[in-house]
Amino acid sequence: MLTGEFIAFMALALVAIIGGVLLINLTKVIHMVVALVFTFVSIAGIFVILSAEFIAAVQILIYSGAITIIMLFGIMLTRHDDTSEPITGKWRKLFLLLGVLGFGVAVYIGIYNLDIPQAANTLHVDNTEQIGISLYSHFIIPFELTSVLLLVALIGAIVLAKKDEDDEKEAEKE
Amino acid sequence: MSSVPISAFLALALILFCIGLYGALTKRNTVIVLISIELMLNAVNINLVTFSKYGVAPAITGQVFALFVITVAAAEAAVGLAILIALYRNRKTVNIDEMDQLQG
Repeated sequence: MLTGEFIAFMALALVAIIGGVLLINLTKVIHMVVALVFTFVSIAGIFVILSAEFIAAVQILIYSGAITIIMLFGIMLTRHDDTSEPITGKWRKLFLLLGVLGFGVAVYIGIYNLDIPQAANTLHVDNTEQIGISLYSHFIIPFELTSVLLLVALIGAIVLAKKDEDDEKEAEKE
Repeated sequence: MSSVPISAFLALALILFCIGLYGALTKRNTVIVLISIELMLNAVNINLVTFSKYGVAPAITGQVFALFVITVAAAEAAVGLAILIALYRNRKTVNIDEMDQLQG
């Protein structure tokens, strides 16, 4: 029963969960973001186990590359020496913990003995080619709409983060 | 065929989702709240890819959908950080409980 796949899954899952727990427990904001990189990379490993090699590559590029760097920029541009103190109020934290744990237990009851008969699949054969064919035939309209969404997000982010020229002039006058 | 049961993958996704939910609700720094939301989206991606391989009808659709989720998550992170920087310029704070302009 102790096959290589199982050992790889356990190791990756352990690293992912440790990264998440460090996110909750560390005090410095930058350390939290760096701890989450471990989680993102091991989730990419989980995708490889699930025969989704292309998603794994995208996960490493987008999450542990782009999003982590953009979050680090966000921290550097605001308060880089911030030590995130927890929200005051022990009761609030306790109730939140109980609520999240309740949610977790409720979902776990639903999934713990889920057994779906395994059907043969060919996902591991030419994975990227399959995704490409699917994207350009069946999902062509959502795929093109995604480009519009990214354009809107790009322009929106620039407009929001741009410094207001009028405000600057007024500030200089004062 | 596979030595790892499907419920193991789903349980891992559940644990990561719970960590992300707890972080999003308890942390004060807005950047950490944003990145906790990314963690939750990532946990959902694990579920999508798991069902695309071990579901009742295995198909590539789950992986394509995970790609769309990653795209939308990246757009959300960019816009969220732009809003955060605009707020920081006006209010000089990144703590989420001090952003209460809409509170009566």
